[in-house]
Amino acid sequence: MVASRGKNSNPARIPALGIRLLLLVLISIGLMYLDHRENHLDAARKAIGAAVYPIQLIVDAPVRLWAWLSESTTSRGDLQLEVDRLNAERLLTNARLQRLTALEAENARLRALLDARSRVRDEVRVAEIMAVDANPYEHNLIIDIGSRDGVYDGQAIVSADGVVGQVIKTGLMTSQAVLISDTDHALPVEINRNGLRTIAVGTGEIDRLDLPFLPNNADIRAGDLLVTSGLGGAFPAGYPVAVVDAVTRIPQEPFANVTAKPSAALDQVREVMLIWSAAPVIEEQDDE
Amino acid sequence: MSRHRASRRLPVIGTLVVGLMLSIMPLPDTIAPFRPDWLALLTIFWAMQLPRTWSVGSAWIVGLILDVSYGTLLGQHALALCVIVFITVRFHLLMRVFPLSQLTATVFAMLALYQFLLFWINGVAGLAAPAAAYWAPAVTGTLIWPFLYMFLTGVRYRARVGG
Repeated sequence: MVASRGKNSNPARIPALGIRLLLLVLISIGLMYLDHRENHLDAARKAIGAAVYPIQLIVDAPVRLWAWLSESTTSRGDLQLEVDRLNAERLLTNARLQRLTALEAENARLRALLDARSRVRDEVRVAEIMAVDANPYEHNLIIDIGSRDGVYDGQAIVSADGVVGQVIKTGLMTSQAVLISDTDHALPVEINRNGLRTIAVGTGEIDRLDLPFLPNNADIRAGDLLVTSGLGGAFPAGYPVAVVDAVTRIPQEPFANVTAKPSAALDQVREVMLIWSAAPVIEEQDDE
Repeated sequence: MSRHRASRRLPVIGTLVVGLMLSIMPLPDTIAPFRPDWLALLTIFWAMQLPRTWSVGSAWIVGLILDVSYGTLLGQHALALCVIVFITVRFHLLMRVFPLSQLTATVFAMLALYQFLLFWINGVAGLAAPAAAYWAPAVTGTLIWPFLYMFLTGVRYRARVGG
């Protein structure tokens, strides 16, 4: 340190800088250890998260404002078109729903006959995705409800089209969720057509999932719908996850190459639903 | 003195808040990996200019806030930030007399160290990390540094912060 001997020697001397650094480094390592092993630090995380919340709100505000502006300045013709479309859609959905009520009743009767526990309807709540980027190395998003509203870690998130992801870190007012396309995410699924169970693993690409554990002779083909099997415990059974788009069988390899496209548009959803599973989701499916 | 201190902190905190906003602002997927580490650049600048008020402790707190907003391991960014700020404070007199080009090169080295620390912690913790995308912020951060430096110097003199 030649520079510190300059004529302006006072500001160069920062007292005990090295010791302070050492202390902070040790504290950081301790914190990381505690955070990584178990969730001992949830309270601290929530406290700091509450301080960050206003900043997240400000960052989110322009996007919200833009949405509000474009909503309130749509022309009458556009609105009319939208209303027509929604009406048509509602008619269709209603027609389908009529059948569903009958089927649900029938299902309950049959289950009662089989002496199986009947499925309880899941409770859902709509959450909005905040326009805030989180960890750049993972596929995740931030939603605008938190533990104050009863959100818990591991909770399933779906959109109107299919499974989106699950909550990984619950804050007080916001929560962080991981998408099913994240490389660290694996989801127990079954093929809707024949009940074949497997696991859908995220690839890091927003529109592709991998099914790495299917043998070459597995009965699966492009166009098959994958739904959650409910086996992992986190997701209730029966929600659509993805549609198989390519099956490549290589005779030398033990497993087939199967990729699927998530049903939900993971990068376009703005509103999602959080599911509170009322009943234990592991049902009688787990025996062969 | 204490009155001075309050007015001295405000602009710094202001730039840090804006930096945090830029760090969590949504970007299109294609350019999101190139987002520079605004808070690293800002803490380097302020540690260089005001090493007595903005040193490792404040960098550590900034890092914790960044950890919470990114959802990374609590302490990861805090550790990386306080290490690079330590280096900055140690050599702040030297860095102040560097020409801008040389200063930019130094900043690049520090950003690379910062990314390396983050990368390394992820590796130790066994978290997946895409290697190539990790280094993009160091490059974009370096490219932005000269402009940020001039801007912040302006802020500093406009607000008559410290000295």
